[in-house]
Amino acid sequence: MENRVCYHCGDSCGKHSIHYDGKDFCCHGCKTVYSIFTENGLEQFYELEEKAGSSPFENREKYEFLDNQEIVSKLVAFDEDGVQVIELSIPTIHCSSCIWLLENLNRLHASIINAQVNFPKKKVRVTYNTKDFSLKTLVLLLGSIGYEPYISLEDYGKKAKTVDRSLLYRLGVAGFAFGNVMLLSFPEYFEVQEFWLDQYKVVFRWLMFAFSLPVVFYAAKDYYKSALSGLRSKILNIDVPIALGITVLFLRSTVDIIGGWGSGFFDSLTGLVFFLLLGRFFQQKTYAFLSFERDYRSYFPIAVTRVSKEGAEENIPIHEINTGDSILIRSQEIIPVDGILQKGDAQIDYSFVTGESRPVTKTLGDTLYAGGKQLTGVLELEVLKPVSQSYLTQLWSNSVFDKDKSSAFQTLTDSIGKRFTIAVLTIASLATTFWLIYDVSLALNVFTAVLIIACPCAIALAAPFTLGNALRIMGKQGFYLKDTKVIERLAKIDIAIFDKTGTLTTSDMGHIDYEGMELTSLEKDMLKSTLRASNHPLSRSLYGLLQENDIVTLDEFHEKQGSGLESRLAERVLRVGSSSYVGTVSKDFQEDTAVYISTDEGIKGRFVLKNQYRQGIAHLFSNLKKTMRLAVLSGDNTGEKQTLEKMLPKGTELLFQRKPEEKLEDIKQFQKSGKVLMVGDGLNDAGALAQSDVGIAVSDNINVFLPACDGIMEAAALPDLSGFIDFSKRSLWLIKACFALSLCYNIIGLYFAVTGQLEPVIAAILMPLSSISIVAFATLGTNYLARKSRRFKKLI
Amino acid sequence: MSVIYVLLTISICVAIVFFIAFLLSVRAGQYDDSYTPSVRMLFEDEVTIQSSDETSKSNPKI
Repeated sequence: MENRVCYHCGDSCGKHSIHYDGKDFCCHGCKTVYSIFTENGLEQFYELEEKAGSSPFENREKYEFLDNQEIVSKLVAFDEDGVQVIELSIPTIHCSSCIWLLENLNRLHASIINAQVNFPKKKVRVTYNTKDFSLKTLVLLLGSIGYEPYISLEDYGKKAKTVDRSLLYRLGVAGFAFGNVMLLSFPEYFEVQEFWLDQYKVVFRWLMFAFSLPVVFYAAKDYYKSALSGLRSKILNIDVPIALGITVLFLRSTVDIIGGWGSGFFDSLTGLVFFLLLGRFFQQKTYAFLSFERDYRSYFPIAVTRVSKEGAEENIPIHEINTGDSILIRSQEIIPVDGILQKGDAQIDYSFVTGESRPVTKTLGDTLYAGGKQLTGVLELEVLKPVSQSYLTQLWSNSVFDKDKSSAFQTLTDSIGKRFTIAVLTIASLATTFWLIYDVSLALNVFTAVLIIACPCAIALAAPFTLGNALRIMGKQGFYLKDTKVIERLAKIDIAIFDKTGTLTTSDMGHIDYEGMELTSLEKDMLKSTLRASNHPLSRSLYGLLQENDIVTLDEFHEKQGSGLESRLAERVLRVGSSSYVGTVSKDFQEDTAVYISTDEGIKGRFVLKNQYRQGIAHLFSNLKKTMRLAVLSGDNTGEKQTLEKMLPKGTELLFQRKPEEKLEDIKQFQKSGKVLMVGDGLNDAGALAQSDVGIAVSDNINVFLPACDGIMEAAALPDLSGFIDFSKRSLWLIKACFALSLCYNIIGLYFAVTGQLEPVIAAILMPLSSISIVAFATLGTNYLARKSRRFKKLI
Repeated sequence: MSVIYVLLTISICVAIVFFIAFLLSVRAGQYDDSYTPSVRMLFEDEVTIQSSDETSKSNPKI
């Protein structure tokens, strides 16, 4: 049978495709979205990009809190005269069809005035009339067409951030001044001795002075600030010689034109600032749709339903939850606070917290910890602790989350900058002393000339362009870094530590083994029919395994929550479930995740569910082992110890049953012997990721929510981690090569400066020439390295 | 003779006009999102075609 693909979302339809309007759909959800689109004249959605849709969500109750006007008012960006504006984050935005559809939202509802998509940020800004429309209706509408917005506690009370565009303004000012000053200094470059031009020299010079004023006092402001703060903390960073260079350039040029001795260096001055800012601009590029600063607030819902003693339900912001309140958790909702289970069957998925996807069954009176997700059915909890004091959220009170890693780290540029500044000042004072003895009139000229020509423009540009480009190249390969400093830190890693569940393994139970007596086909049929009725995730996994078997009608069926299933067909009884339920207690293997089977004849055997390790992990470890110490930190029990020992190279340290705070402490221990790279995924790794020198979060889908980290990696790119580390090391070598190259320019320039023959035209040639050649060298060099390392990867 | 002043004034004025245009465009947020407008620009035409033959859209193209 040909494999049918859903016309809406492109997923495989399986055996039970739905036919509608001559097309196949994988589910009713997709079919409904299609019919909404066709009824509203939006079929162009399917023409722009084929099979671009997403299935709609199913849980509508989740958004009841949007009825609470107080909460809505904290979410909207603008609210006046019956018009509201809201910016919603929609993770499913992925193609041009999405943009087109969302910007035509007003065709789906007359009250929507306007919708504008910001694709890089995956956000949509909607303006609507509140007369017969509300935020809740909007969210439900978006959800029903497959664009469910993500509203989390993080959005709550956050007023629209003003975008920082100051760098663009500065760049504009510097570029504008640079261009004009260049034009105005042309007559002087060619030394036209023409009487007519000569006569107006003064006008040209003062115009150049005027143009350079905003550059010196506005565009270059950051460099003085950074140099001053560096000096205050007794660090000679690269901005010190830059700030010194700019100041001296400006003063010397001003004095020159006042005294009429020359045209000054305004062209070099404005050019310098322009190129430096360009470097910053290039480095600044970040991944707008990823957030590297997340904490528990991006996972948690904004509001919960509180049940009063009289049984009335009310939606309240989660900050208002008090100890002793009763709250309602619906299926697929995240538990925001620690609480005691009062009512309902709890099937809690703690994968957000631990990375472990196997759900935990809890019975009445058990304590449920914040961060878990209820899978099916409604729960009622009695709150034990308010949000900020719950087990998981307490982790964030650790001081490690307030620390800024990058400020403590000295970049390669800064360490060079220190030596460079000392060298420049030495040369300047030596040359000045020489000229003071030899020819006093030239001494000041030489001193300023040395500081001008030595201004480390090219050095300051080498790192932004090399690392900025490296950042981009890594991003294309599925490895997204927070900023360029992470590349430098990554190159210096001594110890690599991995989380197990969700990082080394895939997040679903992929691998099922059967151990014990062979099951007859009738037993298998019975098993399949029994499992069919159960919603337990283990049952679902097993059910998937028995696809070839038939379904029989059972005479009797019982489910005992949290233990297992029992069924009867004629005289045969089948029990499926935990070891204690089925009647066996095998102490040896209790650590495994297993489903036991027994019939009236006794125990038959068990299905062992194993985590599936990602492909290429063993290879990655043996590659990394050559250069660094390795360790695995797992929150799980020791069940997988033997498998790991077999798979990973000797000497890899394996630590099991680590709690989130313990992981953080472990990292601290490791840091005593070197720089630590932590690779993790869940919220339980958040502390370890923050403590480590480089924390990388691995995910199958980068749009889901990951803990705060320095880099986000697509799971498919994980086996290449050693390649990325290698690449960052090579990038640092490239920066050093750039430094060497720019030093050559400096030496040429210094020759002119020390001998007292620095003409503005020489500075005007050297400055852009060195800058542009460094930029070209850095960019082409990283591209070459990337191509080389990719070839290297293919050879493996 | 003082035509150079006139020329300089004009050239600088023109430059400043463009500079102000740049500042205004930054302030208006034109550079905040450099990707979406490039896609949106391509939609405009198709949407008008779509709305003009809205009545005869019974058989959508695949």
